[in-house]
Amino acid sequence: MRDVAIQGVSPTFGSTGAGPMLETHDVARHFDVSRPLVQRLMAGEGRRLLRAVDGVSFAIARGTTLSLVGESGCGKSTVARLVVGLYPPSRGGVTFDGQDLAQARREAAQRRRMQMIFQDPYASLNPRWRVADIIAEPIRAFGLAQTRAQIEARVAELLTQVGLSPLDGQKFPHEFSGGQRQRISIARALSSNPEFLVCDEPTSALDVSVQAQILNLMKDLQARLGLTYLFISHNLAVVRQVSDRVGVMYLGRLVELAPAETLFETPRHPYTKALMEAIPDLEMTGRQRIPVGGEVPSPIDPPSGCPFHPRCPLANDRCKAERPEMIPARGTPQTLVACHAVEEGRDAA
Amino acid sequence: MTVPLLEVRNLRVEFPTRRGTLVALDDVSFSIAPGEVLGVVGESGAGKSMTGAAIIGLLEPPGRIAGGQILLNGRRIDNLPYAELRRIRGREIGAIFQDPLTTLNPLYTVGRQLVETMTTHLPLNPAQARAKAIEWLELVGIPAASQRIDSYPHEFSGGMRQRVVIALALCAEPKLIVADEPTTALDVSIQAQVIALLKSLAREKGTSMMLVTHDMGVIAETADRVAVMYAGRIVEIGAVRRVVQHAAHPYSSGLMGSIPPVGRRLDRLQQIDGAMPRLSAIPRGCPYNPRCPQVFDRCRVERPELMPAEGNLAACWLYDGAPQHA
Repeated sequence: MRDVAIQGVSPTFGSTGAGPMLETHDVARHFDVSRPLVQRLMAGEGRRLLRAVDGVSFAIARGTTLSLVGESGCGKSTVARLVVGLYPPSRGGVTFDGQDLAQARREAAQRRRMQMIFQDPYASLNPRWRVADIIAEPIRAFGLAQTRAQIEARVAELLTQVGLSPLDGQKFPHEFSGGQRQRISIARALSSNPEFLVCDEPTSALDVSVQAQILNLMKDLQARLGLTYLFISHNLAVVRQVSDRVGVMYLGRLVELAPAETLFETPRHPYTKALMEAIPDLEMTGRQRIPVGGEVPSPIDPPSGCPFHPRCPLANDRCKAERPEMIPARGTPQTLVACHAVEEGRDAA
Repeated sequence: MTVPLLEVRNLRVEFPTRRGTLVALDDVSFSIAPGEVLGVVGESGAGKSMTGAAIIGLLEPPGRIAGGQILLNGRRIDNLPYAELRRIRGREIGAIFQDPLTTLNPLYTVGRQLVETMTTHLPLNPAQARAKAIEWLELVGIPAASQRIDSYPHEFSGGMRQRVVIALALCAEPKLIVADEPTTALDVSIQAQVIALLKSLAREKGTSMMLVTHDMGVIAETADRVAVMYAGRIVEIGAVRRVVQHAAHPYSSGLMGSIPPVGRRLDRLQQIDGAMPRLSAIPRGCPYNPRCPQVFDRCRVERPELMPAEGNLAACWLYDGAPQHA
């Protein structure tokens, strides 16, 4: 798996070279959204927890891309933040290259190996810094180059790598378009020679022709540098283009996890099917679309049993009472799906 | 040919700035027939929202219409005094914007906003208008409409709010709806519900619609014709199916090609290199010429007008004098 040499880095940093790059084990993140104590006492109500992520397990193999897809509030961005250690988990754990994440975050040598790319290239770059300084910051922070000349050479190399000119380093972020800014974000993320990149909706703020540029660039970089991606997106069409595996999230939980082609060719969970059904079709087959009814319920007070049951055409009494676990699906055993109907074979037809 | 409901002729919108005048819309012409849905697509800054704003008379100062005409039912509306324009806006042209929270007044119940709109534009008394308002809320799919009518906008979810906005835009029974990114702020499953609703209501009431969006999928499903905009101009206009399948202008075909398909995986997406020029630096000749793979000398000097191309109209010199398909 690890035959791709990571440019400019000797692979000595405690990497075992085997096993997944990243694993989460039943990871959860709850936020306390209770009202202030006095008000709570007066109203006689207890604490209120928002379970943004409520028990998510997956693994990402080296050099591959796992995408998490879902609608607003499903917890996908919270997972991204858990995975790079921006939030400590309320339950469960994350291991990075076989090491506990909390431990790994304490070592600069491990921190260097993971980076994040954010959605909004207007908010994630310091407007007062020149681009060269923005990109050089991780190099300086991790002590990856000593002399000024070395740093300058590395910045120029990174700018070229993301399709910008080394001369662009002297400009400020406002002089660039959205797509170019996202290239700068990527160059900054790559400057510490990471192996694992978390990309939280990296193209959602971009126009479609520019989105294609960025997605192609990300694919090229992955092939060239052997990067591992966790890709967060709400756009299924984009996810299909970049992923090896895809996880579909709903109300803080994974409902389906499968190899990308399997998921798109034979979606199993009724929610996955509904999501695919909802995408407007460029091919215009004139199909009669039946949009899924209802809306995503509040994660503060999620429905009992399967969280999708109020919107699910296949829901029965068991779905209302019992929460389904992620188990291999009948027929497509590579797919893990949390659905009683699939388990019982009620999803045929 | 029927008389168009809306006709825009050579519209030009300018923004005077300290460093000179920026031309945001340049020579934009199109028409919408009664009952027709025209999609307007383009990337940020192409001028699609600006076109919608000019039609409903809501250009943000210092932007102003510097040339051309806008005709509604054969009558010029671009030079009307404010009070008269206000009567048209709402009564004859309804508007739906991207963000339902900024469209609705947060201090009024949705019922009050619907009633006010209807009593202003229609010969109804408040009681009749209230009954009508409940009907509209039911029509746009708000459960328990007779109770929800007294709720405030913040008590609705995003998708429900956009339904209220649709009811508000339609309740005075306008002939034309200008919908600017009506589903962009919504999740896909809600987006599908709202599009289906908008489509069926427009068809039922015979309302024409100008649907501005960057999402070609939404246009493909909803519109009859589509106009593709680039750098403040229309570069191609034609039947949706033609434009999606046989885009004539190199920009439209590049745009269609860069949309990732959900149906299959591609090794590489088709990309358009570079970015749209800023308004202050629109190149001479065809504005797309620096990015165009098929550029030749004439494109750098002379600006192309819309001309017949592949069954559509495209502003591209490739089609000048070329033999035409039907």
